[in-house]
Amino acid sequence: MLFVKDAPKENLLVRGARLLDPVEGVDSVLDVRIDGGTIAELGASLPANGHRVLEGAGLVLAPAFVDPHVHLRTPGREDEETIASGTQAAAAGGYCAILAMPNTEPVVDSAAVLRALLEQAHEEAEVPVGFLAAISKGQSGAELTEMAELADAGAAGFTDDGRPVASPGLMRRALQYGQVAGRTIAVHCEEPTLSCDGQVHEGTVAAELGFAGYPSVAESVMVERDLALAAYEERPLHLLHLSAHESVEALRAARAAGVAATAEVTPHHLCLTDEAVRSLDPNLKMNPPLRAEEDRAALVEALREGTIEAIATDHAPHARHEKEVPFEAAPFGVTGLETAFGVLCTNLVQPGLVSLSTLIERMSAGPARIYGVEPPRIAVGATANLVLLDTEGSWRVEEDGFRSRSVNSWLLGETLRGRVRATLAAGRLVYEAA
Amino acid sequence: MGDLHVMRDDLRPPARPPRRHLISIADLTREDVERLLGTARSFARSLEREMKKLPTLRGRTVVNVFYESSTRTSSSFELAAKRLSADTMSVKASGSSVDKGESLKDTALTLGAYDPDVIVIRHPQIGAPQLVARVTNAHIVNAGDGKHQHPTQALLDLYTLQDEFGGVEGLHVAIVGDVLHSRVARSNIQALRLLGARVTLVGPPALIPRGIEAMGCEVSTEIEAIGAADVVYVLRMQRERMQEGANFVPSLREYAARWGVTPERLRPGQKVMHPGPMNRGVEIDPRVADAADALIETQVRAGLLVRMAVLYDLLTRGPAPVEAVAPVEVA
Repeated sequence: MLFVKDAPKENLLVRGARLLDPVEGVDSVLDVRIDGGTIAELGASLPANGHRVLEGAGLVLAPAFVDPHVHLRTPGREDEETIASGTQAAAAGGYCAILAMPNTEPVVDSAAVLRALLEQAHEEAEVPVGFLAAISKGQSGAELTEMAELADAGAAGFTDDGRPVASPGLMRRALQYGQVAGRTIAVHCEEPTLSCDGQVHEGTVAAELGFAGYPSVAESVMVERDLALAAYEERPLHLLHLSAHESVEALRAARAAGVAATAEVTPHHLCLTDEAVRSLDPNLKMNPPLRAEEDRAALVEALREGTIEAIATDHAPHARHEKEVPFEAAPFGVTGLETAFGVLCTNLVQPGLVSLSTLIERMSAGPARIYGVEPPRIAVGATANLVLLDTEGSWRVEEDGFRSRSVNSWLLGETLRGRVRATLAAGRLVYEAA
Repeated sequence: MGDLHVMRDDLRPPARPPRRHLISIADLTREDVERLLGTARSFARSLEREMKKLPTLRGRTVVNVFYESSTRTSSSFELAAKRLSADTMSVKASGSSVDKGESLKDTALTLGAYDPDVIVIRHPQIGAPQLVARVTNAHIVNAGDGKHQHPTQALLDLYTLQDEFGGVEGLHVAIVGDVLHSRVARSNIQALRLLGARVTLVGPPALIPRGIEAMGCEVSTEIEAIGAADVVYVLRMQRERMQEGANFVPSLREYAARWGVTPERLRPGQKVMHPGPMNRGVEIDPRVADAADALIETQVRAGLLVRMAVLYDLLTRGPAPVEAVAPVEVA
């Protein structure tokens, strides 16, 4: 269910890096030889065999990342992102696979639209990409899409992301029919009559700045509703971009009771609170909104302990002119593919809140499991899906450094400690830092 | 011919400090507020003369850009600039390129190309003044941005209170009504707290934003809570924000019955303020609006003085090399 352009596979020797794969239990300094895109040998002082050598001394070689939540804006808004530019951005961020959301123009709600995308991915995807299809036709929340046909055509999962499935009846039907389609159902949890025209987390900052509040409970009542439906139907459920501590508590309780629920969290919800919105920078406007410190701390803890298994960037490119407006008029969303590792290494790993191996697991095997993607791993015989990381390397986030077509990053001008030096995806060297 | 001198970095003149704006009361110190109020008082004396125009800002340009309807704010900014001899220009959203879909950024760039010294902007969206500040070289004065801030309103209210009570420190002000949708309330809470007043917010639960106590005020849903205050500040019930189905309150009728400020709910001697325009019979009983204890006309007069003081302060202090002329000494 992942699609990538055809290109020759790599012969490569990565020399002297610390290999770190928390799932395979690997943590040692060894060389890795890659023959024709497959990991052929791990060992000390391996001969190059005429392969190109990547020097890894002082660096970490880990399973490459999987982003379960990317907006590629194709079809419809190719000015903001294309499959080519989005997958190049993914390569630069250390990703060997990404999943694209279906809220495009038109919506990915029929096999015809999906097939056109898969064909395009075959032409231009730099790293393997999967496409989720919509739960409801036109994401209007009224009628189910033909999920079985979409799954057969190659849909990686189903979601109405960007919008909630407002009707509990339709949500139940989606979970029931998801069994036939054999794919994960993922939900954007937002009760629209509670979020209304909310822009900023309902709390002291919104009160002071005058924003319509978007309360935590608008998310958590929907999380609770969908967990109850998933429990009743005994079907798996994936919760997109959690933001509120109440949602985390509901998820923890449901998992303890045996519900097959998974969840993801974004770098911005792990690193920022609504205090950041005081700057009124439109690049701090996202849905769900940045919440209070209590929420941020709960998300970090849930990530650490594994209640939240995946980090998702919710990479949401927007045209420059659409973000160069007053905060209140700006669209929701920020880019994230190229900064995720850097900012999480800086804010979670460097201060000791989350270990490097936990971060790697939540960015690779964790998200892969959710959608049944083959997890990247460091083992002989596995396809080379690897990322070479410099956990100490400092770099400044600049507009002209992005491969994405859009620059609506909340990190512009910031200096991060931790950077991607090279990425191998599906056996190809798809990124190498200058 | 003299030698060519290459200036060492440490000998260069210091970089110009950032341009000064008035966007939020939150950006001001107590000293800033007291200086502005002092300047406004000296303008009050100068306006008592027969010749009311001062040459202070001759040659300066003030552009007023109003994306929302306004009577008192736009007219008093315009008159304030004229009293100080600045050239003024007013742009309204209707009848301009805004009607043709021009973005705020492009409108600001266009106006900025005329090199105005000050741009006064009112806009329905939070963050509009910051955007204009980013793309022009003018000093920006926020004349109201969405539900965020209306700093000159708060300054004129402080001026009115000083005028009436001799000071603001220790005063107890009850702000009554639709706090949720009110930029006036937010600016006033900050301004009153900055000068040491006590603030109590009174209104229906859904119109008092959750978490607003963090701004240093008390909250009550009972109208009786106004009884202890020295001043009752009545907010406009913003009908245009009360879209159908929002159910902030069941009806304006019920609002008026529960929270309307009537003579019966006031103590003798309690002062009443209102930022205007009033909905007589809704948030304020007409008898209260017309009573001697209402400071509403004083507020309007103070608006002119305070806006003169803001323009004067932005253009004669800080980086611009302008000779600071004490306004009272100018004939």
